[in-house]
Amino acid sequence: MSAAAPTVGTARPRALDSAAAYVRRNGWTFGLIALLAGLLLFTKLIQPRYGPIPIQGLATSVQPLVLAAVAQAIVVISGGIDLSIGSMMAFTSVVSATLMDKQSDQVGIAVVVAVLVLGIVVGGVNGALVVLTRVPDIVVTLAMSFVWAGCALLVRSGPGGSAPGWLKGLVVGPLGNEWIPKAAVVVLVVVFLIWIPLSRSRAGLSIYAIGSNRLAAFRSGIPVSRTRFLAYALTGLFSALGGLSLTATTGIGSPVPGPYTLLSVAAVVLGGVSLAGGRGGVFGPIVAVVILQLIQTDLTFLRFDSNYAYVAQGAILILVTGLSSLVSFRRMRA
Amino acid sequence: MTAASPTAARPSMATLRALFRDRPVIPLVGLLAILVLVIELASPGIVKASWAGVILRTAVPLAILAGCQTLTMLTGGIDLSVGAVASMAGFVTATLIHSPGGVPQAIIVSLLLAALAGLITGLVVGVFRVHPLIVTLGMSFIVLGLANVWQLQSVQTGAGVPSELRTIGSGMQLEVVPNSLVVFVPIVAFILLLLRRTGYGRLLFAIGDNPVAARLSGARSWQVLTALYVLSAVLAGIAGLVLSGLTNTASVSLADSSVLPSVAAAVIGGTSIMGGRGGYGGTIVGALILTVLSALLTVLRLPEPTRQIVFGSIIVVVAAAYNRVTAEA
Repeated sequence: MSAAAPTVGTARPRALDSAAAYVRRNGWTFGLIALLAGLLLFTKLIQPRYGPIPIQGLATSVQPLVLAAVAQAIVVISGGIDLSIGSMMAFTSVVSATLMDKQSDQVGIAVVVAVLVLGIVVGGVNGALVVLTRVPDIVVTLAMSFVWAGCALLVRSGPGGSAPGWLKGLVVGPLGNEWIPKAAVVVLVVVFLIWIPLSRSRAGLSIYAIGSNRLAAFRSGIPVSRTRFLAYALTGLFSALGGLSLTATTGIGSPVPGPYTLLSVAAVVLGGVSLAGGRGGVFGPIVAVVILQLIQTDLTFLRFDSNYAYVAQGAILILVTGLSSLVSFRRMRA
Repeated sequence: MTAASPTAARPSMATLRALFRDRPVIPLVGLLAILVLVIELASPGIVKASWAGVILRTAVPLAILAGCQTLTMLTGGIDLSVGAVASMAGFVTATLIHSPGGVPQAIIVSLLLAALAGLITGLVVGVFRVHPLIVTLGMSFIVLGLANVWQLQSVQTGAGVPSELRTIGSGMQLEVVPNSLVVFVPIVAFILLLLRRTGYGRLLFAIGDNPVAARLSGARSWQVLTALYVLSAVLAGIAGLVLSGLTNTASVSLADSSVLPSVAAAVIGGTSIMGGRGGYGGTIVGALILTVLSALLTVLRLPEPTRQIVFGSIIVVVAAAYNRVTAEA
C-alpha cells in the first residue's frame, strides 16, 4: 500500500517534470511565441481589418530574412559568425534570376539545384578560409562579403533577370485554408527537412559541441575543423535558399546586398542563440524575424513615421539582450 | 660550413619574426611601399607630393574611424555604430548651420548627440555586459532611424555643408598638406599617448587580455568601457564632420560604407579582434594601405566588381600572412 502509492504518485509528476523541463529548456522560444501572439492580437485591435490577406503578405515579405536568420543561426551555434550572408544572398539571387530568365520550367528546376550547390560551395570557401588561415571568422567573412558582392556585380551590373511563374507562385497566396500562407509553409518545410534530421545527427551534435566548448569537443574526438567547415557550408546553403527566396519574392535579381547580414545577427540574438555559441536553435530566430516585421507593420498602422521602425528594432535588440543578461546574472549569483 | 648556414639562418629568421611581432608597423610600411611602387609602375609619374597629399586627405576619415575600432577591439569589443554616428554628426551639423549659434553650435550639438549615443552604448556594454557587437548594431539602427526622422523634419530648412568644414575636410596647403591634419594630428597624438602613457590605456589592454583578471585586480571595467564607447562615438562624430567636408555631402548614410573598411584597417594594422593586442600606429598604416590599394585599383582601371573582389581577397591574404608571421612558434 505504502509502496504502491509513491509509484502512482511519481508517474504523473515525472511526465509533468519532463514537460516542464522541455518548456524551461525552450523557454526563450515559448516566450517569443507568446509575444508574437500578443502582437498579433494587438495588431487586430488597432486594425480590425487585419486578416488572412495581410498575414499572407507578411509571410511573403519575411521569407528572405527568415532564411538569412536560419543561415546565421547555424554558424553562430557553431561558435562563429558570418558577415557575408547578405552578399551571398545577392550573389545567388542574381545568378538564379539571370539563368532562369525566359527559360523553361525544367531549366528552372535545374537552376535551383545548381544555385543551392553554388551556395554550399561559396559557404564552403568561407569555411575553408576560416579554418585554414586561422584568422578570426569575423574578419574573414567581412572581407569575403566584398568578394561575394563583387561576384554578384560580375554576373549583373544592375537589377534584372526574372523568376519563372512557378517559383513566384511558391511564395504568394494561401495553401488550402486562407489563414495558412504558402510562403510560411514552404519555408518551414524546407528548414525543418534540412535542420531537424541534421540537428539530431552526429554532425549536428558536433556543431553544438564545438560552439559550446571547442577544446572539450576536440578532446572528445570531434573533428573540429571539419565541423566548422560544415557549419559554414550549411550557412552558405541557407543563404542560397535566401537568395532564391529574394528572386521569388521580388521577381528579379539585384546585385546590391540588402540589409540581411546585420538584421540576421539581430534576429539570431533575439531568437535566443548565444553569440558565444553552443546554445539555441533555428526556430527562435524565425519567430524573432516575424516579430520584428510585425512591429514595423504595427508602427505603420499607428501612423508613426516608418523610420521609427528602425529605432524600435534597435531599442528592442538592446533592451531584450540587456534584460536577458541581467536575468542570467541574477541566476548565476543565486 | 654547408651545414652551418641553415643553423645560422634560423636564429636570424626568429629575430626577424620577433621583430615583426613586436613592431608590426615595419612589415606594414613595407607593404605600403610595395603598393606605392606598383602604382608608380602602373602609371609612371603619378607618385608625387600632391598625390601623396590627396591620398592622405582621403585616408584621414577612415583612419579616425579605424581608431574607434582599434580602441574598442583592444578591449575585445567592436563598434559597428561608427557609420551611423558619423553620418548623423555630419548631417545634423549641416541642418543646423542656420541656427542662432551658427556653425560652432551646430558642431557642438552634433558631437554631444554622438556622445549621448556612445554613453548609452557604453552603459549597456559595461553595466549589463551585453556583447558590444549587438549593442552597437542596435545603436546604429536607432541612430539611423532618428536621423531619418530628423531628415524629414528639417527638409525645408535648406541644409548645406558649412564652408568651414569644407575647408578643413578638403582644403590643402600648397597643394600638398591637407588641412584635415589640423584635426587628425591631435587625435593621433591623443590616442597614442592614451594607449602608451596613461593608466586608462593600460586598463584597455588589461580588460581585453583577461577581463576576469582585470576585474580581480580592481579595474572598474564598467567605468572604463562607458568612457571608451563615449570616446569612440565622439571620434566617429569628428570623422563624420571631416568626411562630410571632404565629400561636400551631408546624408544619413554618408559613412555607412566606411564601417567595414574601418574594421579591416584595424585588423590589417595588427590589432587583434580578440582584444589585448595592437595599437594605433599600425591602424594608421592599415588605413593608408587600404586607401592606396583603392587608388591602385582605380589606376589599373579595373571594373567595380573586380575591385571589390581584389579588395576583399587582399584583406584575407594580409590578415592570414600577419597571423602566420606573428604566430607563436
